[in-house]
Amino acid sequence: MLSAFFAVLRRDLLLAWRGRADVLVTLAFFVIVVCLFPFGVGAEANLLRTIAPGVLWVAALLASLLSLHRLFAQDHADGTLEQLLLSSEPAVLWVTAKVLAFWLTTGLPVVVVAPVLGMLLDLEQGAYPVLVISLVLGTPILALLGAVGAALTLGLRGGGMLLALLVLPLFVPVLIFGAGAVEAELSGTGATAHLLLLGGGLAGALALAPWACMAALRVSTE
Amino acid sequence: MSRPDRGPSILRFAAPQNFYPLAGRLAPWFAGAAALLTLAGLWLSFFVAPTDATQGEVYRVIFIHVPAAWMSMFVYLVMAFWSAVGLVMNTRLSFLMSQALAPTGAMFCVVALWTGALWGKPTWGTYWVWDARLTSQALLLFLYLGFIALTRAIEDPRRADRAGAIIALVGAVNVPVIYFSVKWWNTLHQGASVSLTKAPSMATTMLAGMLVMAVAAWAYTLAVVLWRVRPMILERERHTEWVGAELMREALRQGGRA
Repeated sequence: MLSAFFAVLRRDLLLAWRGRADVLVTLAFFVIVVCLFPFGVGAEANLLRTIAPGVLWVAALLASLLSLHRLFAQDHADGTLEQLLLSSEPAVLWVTAKVLAFWLTTGLPVVVVAPVLGMLLDLEQGAYPVLVISLVLGTPILALLGAVGAALTLGLRGGGMLLALLVLPLFVPVLIFGAGAVEAELSGTGATAHLLLLGGGLAGALALAPWACMAALRVSTE
Repeated sequence: MSRPDRGPSILRFAAPQNFYPLAGRLAPWFAGAAALLTLAGLWLSFFVAPTDATQGEVYRVIFIHVPAAWMSMFVYLVMAFWSAVGLVMNTRLSFLMSQALAPTGAMFCVVALWTGALWGKPTWGTYWVWDARLTSQALLLFLYLGFIALTRAIEDPRRADRAGAIIALVGAVNVPVIYFSVKWWNTLHQGASVSLTKAPSMATTMLAGMLVMAVAAWAYTLAVVLWRVRPMILERERHTEWVGAELMREALRQGGRA
């Protein structure tokens, strides 16, 4: 059973590696969105420092949203998805493997680059560990919830905007606790509560989202 | 599926051809009840209920605002309920019910937000604050819009039904999470500078007016949903014999009147 998990994980990572440009595009998008903010709100360091946690989190959220449609689209187009659904392996396993591969190729790079962008926004040094931990806990939730939306909108015209409308309201709690963790750390109240809630959210999403995603894939491919 | 017109149980109305005439018979009654109750409720709220000591006349917007907000939340629950029933029991009508409910729920969301803004301007001095309740109401509206957009975007009705049901259930699971996260977010950000908590005591006539309006909103929702689901049933079942016969009867009735 686990061999199917690792086979799908390995395959998706390999495909992502072969198409490295896509991963870089997501990353470039994240960087450029963050860089837009100083142009919009002005380059005053105090202001940027205040909004930095929110800006980084919103940009990470948008970056993961914009890459979501790639999660199943390719496999849907070439028929791999149907074969996977027909296979005797439990669908929840390979769905989780696909989401994990997706997070490793789109979420993890964002997590790695976020501290560098934090420097651009003059984020205080002490907040970097919390920023990274909150992104590590939060972006997989985005990937898991987004996978359900991606599965539901598979192959629809105007799927991108629809996907955004479907999943963005669901992303709000993650954004609140993710950005809130960094802000709480900065204000001195400590980020533990926020991080624990994010961790709880991740556990909940990990337990429920693959099933919803599997059901959605069945609906979308039948 | 078993033959739908057998058996005395209420479940026989799960079959579209049995529900269609029932909905047609019930809807006018609910509509009439809604009209009467609205008139009674408006009379109570504008002529009987006393002027509020602190807020003056502007508080009277709650007679529309509160029932609309209640309904907007309740309708989403009912929608999720029918979605779950549809997914579990595989009944076509359940999906149609949840899709017929969505526009009304979204409408009540808009009404609640709109009247809230109109009330907020003279009372708080602003149309909008990022208060937990306002924000979660806005997010609820987005959930409705997402559901409506998804079910309308999918051509294949079977897929549209099921996809809509899944997103309704995912949304229903998330509603409490969203509500509490927004609540904590707001309290973490700032102290409750603006609180929606009502004055401790409420005149009984005020409460009566609000309850009558709430029942009116229920009756209105039932009437509108029953009316909305009828053409949806016809469209879905247009290839069946009973729809042909029904349309024929309808045409004869129209022709006879002309």
